[in-house]
Parts: sequence; C-alpha cells; structure tokens
Amino acid sequence: MFFTYLRRELRNRRKQTVVVAIGLAVAIALVIVVNAVSTGVKDAQSEVLESVYGVGTDITVDQPAEGPGEGGGPGRFDFGEGEGEANEDGTRELAQDRLSTAMGSTPFDASALETVAALDHVSGVAATLGLQNMSFSGEMPDMEEGDGPVTMQMGPDGSGQGSAGGSSFEIEQFTITGVDPDATAVGPLTTAEVADGRTLEAGDKNVAVLDATYAEQQELAVGDTITVGGKDLETVGTVSSTTGDGVATASDAYLPLATAQTLADLADQVTDVYVQVDSAENVDAVAAAIEDELPDASVSTQSDLAEGVTGSLSTASDLISTLGTWLSGIVLAAAFGLAILFTVSGVNRRTRELGTLKAIGWSKGRVVGQVAGESVVQGLIGGAVGLALGALAVWAVNLAGITLSGASGGLTMGGPMPAGAVQGGDTPPDGGGAFGERADAFADAGNAVDIVLQAPVSLWIVLAAIGLAVLGGLLAGVVGGQRAAKLRPAEALRSLA
Amino acid sequence: MYQIDDLTKTYRQGKRVVRALKDVSLTIGDGELVAVQGPTGGGKSTLLQMLGGLDRPTSGTVKLDGKDLAGMSDTQLTAARAETIGFVFQNFNLIPTLTALENVETALVPSKIARQSRTARALAALDSVGLGDRGDHLPGELSGGQQQRVAIARALVKNPKVLLADEPTGNLDEETRDEIVDLMVGLWKEQGLTVVLVTHDSVVAARTPRRLRIAKGAMKELPPR
Repeated sequence: MFFTYLRRELRNRRKQTVVVAIGLAVAIALVIVVNAVSTGVKDAQSEVLESVYGVGTDITVDQPAEGPGEGGGPGRFDFGEGEGEANEDGTRELAQDRLSTAMGSTPFDASALETVAALDHVSGVAATLGLQNMSFSGEMPDMEEGDGPVTMQMGPDGSGQGSAGGSSFEIEQFTITGVDPDATAVGPLTTAEVADGRTLEAGDKNVAVLDATYAEQQELAVGDTITVGGKDLETVGTVSSTTGDGVATASDAYLPLATAQTLADLADQVTDVYVQVDSAENVDAVAAAIEDELPDASVSTQSDLAEGVTGSLSTASDLISTLGTWLSGIVLAAAFGLAILFTVSGVNRRTRELGTLKAIGWSKGRVVGQVAGESVVQGLIGGAVGLALGALAVWAVNLAGITLSGASGGLTMGGPMPAGAVQGGDTPPDGGGAFGERADAFADAGNAVDIVLQAPVSLWIVLAAIGLAVLGGLLAGVVGGQRAAKLRPAEALRSLA
Repeated sequence: MYQIDDLTKTYRQGKRVVRALKDVSLTIGDGELVAVQGPTGGGKSTLLQMLGGLDRPTSGTVKLDGKDLAGMSDTQLTAARAETIGFVFQNFNLIPTLTALENVETALVPSKIARQSRTARALAALDSVGLGDRGDHLPGELSGGQQQRVAIARALVKNPKVLLADEPTGNLDEETRDEIVDLMVGLWKEQGLTVVLVTHDSVVAARTPRRLRIAKGAMKELPPR
C-alpha cells in the first residue's frame, strides 16, 4: 500500500513533482560540476607542481636569497684590463663563463639532508643544488678607448645581446640542477623519463643529462658536450617531462650533485631539499619540525606551493572556490526550500485526506512516513536527473578542452627559470657588465605549463550527490511530516465539514 | 457499548468560549441503532467525535466497552479506531488517487494483514455494498452514492463493533439517500453492529428505533415513532 499510494500521489501531483525534482536536479548538477571542475583545477595545480618538484614531494626546504650582494650579483661579469684578445679595430674579444646558484636561492649546508631524514614520519629525502650558468662572448671596445655606455637588448630567444660604443656581445644562460643519482624516490627527476641515452647513474662524474626541449632548442644530442662553469661535460642522455607533451622538466641540465658542487665551488652545499612524508596528516607536523631544526630555512608544503601557482589556473581556482561554491550553496538552499514549501503546501491541501487516514486508524508514524517517503522519492528523482545533468555538463567541460596555464611562482619557490631569459642592463662606465637587477623579471617567469582541464567525477561525489538529494527530500519530508503529525483528525474533518 | 457521563466539551473561538456539549450523559447498548438529530452547530458532530476518540472531552467520561476513551493515550486511541470503530463521513473522504478497492484496503493497513488476505477482504466488503465490479474505479469515476458505499465498505471491512456515521446522506439525492439508509439498516440487522447516525434529516432518523436530539450542547431523548 505504501508504494502504491506513493506512486499514485506523485503521479497525481506531476507538476509539483517535476518542479521539485528539477530544482533539486539543477542544484545537484551544479554541485557535481563545481566539485569536478574544482578537482580538475586541483589536479592541474598538482601537475604544475609535479613538473617542478617531482612526484611525491610533500615538503620543500630552501633558503631564500638575501638580495644581491656587492659586485652586482651572480650575473655580473668582470673583465680585467688587458683581458681577452685585442682586435686590430680597437676592440677586444672577451668570453667568460659564470656558474652561480639559481636566482632567489642561497646554498646551505648539505647536513640539512641528514637532519631532515632523521625526523619522524619522513619517508624520503633528496637534496639538489640549483645553479645557473651564464656565458658572455663578444667584442667590447678597449677600455682605454671606450666611450659612452653599452646598451643591452633582449633577443627573441631570451638571450642577452648588446651593442653600443663599438661593442657586440651575446649572453646565454641555462639552468642546472645537481642531483643525487641514488635518490630516486623524490626530487625533480621523478617526473622525468629518458628520451634518449640514459639518466644519471651512481658513480657518474663530469657528465650531464639535458632536458629534451632544451637540447632540441640548442641542437644538442647525446655525445655532445656542454660547457658548465668553463668545463666541458659529456651529454649522456636527454629527459622529458611525464606531466605533458612539450612540458619542460624542472631544469635545462642535470649533473651529478658532486660534480655540480665542485664546478660551482660549493662543496657540501645544496639549495633545495625535497621531503616525502609517510602520511598526509603528518605533513604539517613534519614541516613544523623542520622549521624548528632549520630556523633559517624556508619550508613549504604542497598547499603553500599551490598558493604560489599563478596564471589562468590560479584565476580558475579562485573562481571555483568562491563563486562556484557560493552559487551551488545558494541554488542548493533554494532547491531545498522549494521542496519544503511544496511538501508543506501539499500537506495543507491534503488535510482532509490525511485526517481521514488518522481517523480510520493510521498511526502518526505511518502518515508521517507516507509524506516523508513521497518527498524522499522526489529527492531521488531529482538526484538521478541531477546526476545525469551533472555528468553531461562535466562531459561538455572535458570535451571543450579548456586549457589553463599555470606557473609555479618562479625563483621564489626554488623553481627553474626558462632557458636564456636574461635582461640586459647598462654597462657602467668602468666597463664591467652588470646584470644584477634581473631578480624581478625572473620572479615572474616560473615554469609555465599549459594543462587541458580534465574534470573528473569521482564515486564519492556521485554518492554525495545522491545523499544531498535524499537529504533535500528528507528535510522536506520531515517538515511536511511534522505538519501532518500535528494534524488532529477531528480538526482536519471539522475544518472541511 | 457506550457509557457517557457528564460529558462537556468547550472550544475557544478567538476570545469566545463555545460550549459544544454540556454535561451530556447517555448510554448506548450493544447492537443499538441510534439517530442523533439537531440543528447545525448544536453539538451532533462533536458528540460523534467524542464517541470515535477523534477528540478529547473537556470533562466527563466516554466509556467504550468499559474503557474510558478520555484516559487513553494517542497510541491506544489510534488502535481503538483501527480495530473497534468504523467511520462514515458526509463527504465520503475517499483518497482520490486510490481505486475503490485500495480505498477499502486502507482500513486494513494498520492491522498489518498480509496483502493477499487484505485484498480478498476488501473485495468481499465491496461486494457486500453491491460494488464488487467497481473495485478498480477511482472515486472520481463513481457517483456520490457509489462513493458512499465504498466509504461504508471501508468502515466495515475491519469488522468493527461500532459504526459512527456523520451525515452519511447529507450530500446525496433522495433516491440515493434511501438506498444508503437501506444499506446501513440492512448491515446493522445482518451484522449486529452498534450504529450511531448523526443526521438532520427526519426521514433518515425515522428509520432508526432510537432518536436523540442535541441543541445548544444539551441532549434530549426523543420519543420513538
């Protein structure tokens, strides 16, 4: 009788059933879309972060730069009087390689690795040394005859070029990461796969592995040599990112950590420590413990790093977390309100009917159950339609192939800089090349990654959507049922007599 | 069957207090057929609601088979209505979305009888009121007289001890009224029920062996015709 009566009532009040179900369906669909897109954006953020920090990194430790020191920073080239070869036209051929720590980071003692590894809940650690190599080559007027300032211009490939007062030169730079070939659990190479040759191995010395994109740009292949800090290194392999086609890995070149330390004259120094924690719930505790042990270090968790993701990805994330959440909340509340309103109005219209049932011996619980059952089924219908609508909308979003661009926040987070991105500055009258004002430009560069938004619909969101629909129906049923419960048969019959 | 002593019922209508029943005392024996007459607003329906446990008295007692309805809990009153008392209303009060058969079945739902047996009993009850072939009709597809027959079948399907009818012919034409009264009198004779029939129609009241009159909340026994 319960189901027969329920079915007939819903069919009889078809218009009301459809309105309530559509209201709930729209709300449920919106919740599904907002959640799926939000998850998609989060996944995209993780992908951006993984492209920089590797898979499985929960915490990164670095030491922020204290600002350019004396001498104009690492980009400054100093040439002594009479340095280079003099040309007949009064200019001088100059070339210089300069290897320094990556912009925005300061090297610190490698013992930090052991300190972090000894902490509770730390399941993996790896240290890297982030470096940048800058090469100056060109002609400069002989210092004794030099007149006027030298102007620098950025080339289309980002390399620095300049010419003034008879000078002509080029500056090329690329990023290098010294990695421990034995530490494979975490670190930047966890999202890299061998494109050609091999990756770094234990015992390697004075060899390099190049980012495949960088190698292609520079027309370098396995077996070629690259010059790092004035020393030629053999290229033993190239690697590409596993996070997407055409996405660059975290660095242009990878060297064995010991080689990088020797070339940069930074023995037992590192710039970044990558930390893997045994469980997500321990991340904050481990981060706090690292801050205690290494007070000068900057400790960032994945959520801190996610906040540093910029670009349209960040805009999408903000939009979803504010507008999307509010909108779905408001529509959900409106749909619940609508369901309650219709149910209560339905009970009011059925005063005689429900009063009669009570008069012939139906218990309060049975009458309330009947009313609540009708509302729950309305909610379930809304939930089912909402699921279909939501799935359709998510499918459309995925089909649209919305591309979001994300950058990891650049040097301030220890990320790499794009190859060759150099901004020139005026050469001081003493003839020294000053490139120390580039930090701001690099800070915005980051590792820009284009990611096609893929909004997933998880099982739990399907269950949550059904739960919300049932909750909406139940809420309406409880409010309507309470009204029905309060109905006294005598008054119900008297009011209609 | 019923023993009513000093029954008083007052209502509050805004600031006004209405005394619907004033110290009514009455005995209705097992198997009696009683008509309650009186003007509109005189207290007839209120008395019927007290007899059916649909409302509680302000003071006094209403004993059904020796048990005071006023002292019963809501659950006990619900059980009494489900098992002992059958109701017939002026407006039939059928569920519009259920068929005639299903409407009759609603009276057996509280008894938790198995579906098959419930349907069989409902069919038999419909048969007894001459509507065995109309079980699958919705109330809207039946005439007023037929709807009241379905309502009577619903009241009787649970084999109650008492049948309380509130103006059962109030919405019917004369011919149908007579059919319904014939049916009720026939069932009363056949089943030995106690029937209390509220009516303002003297023709209907004339068919009953005992007549009562309520006016302004006071009851008076009318002489038999």
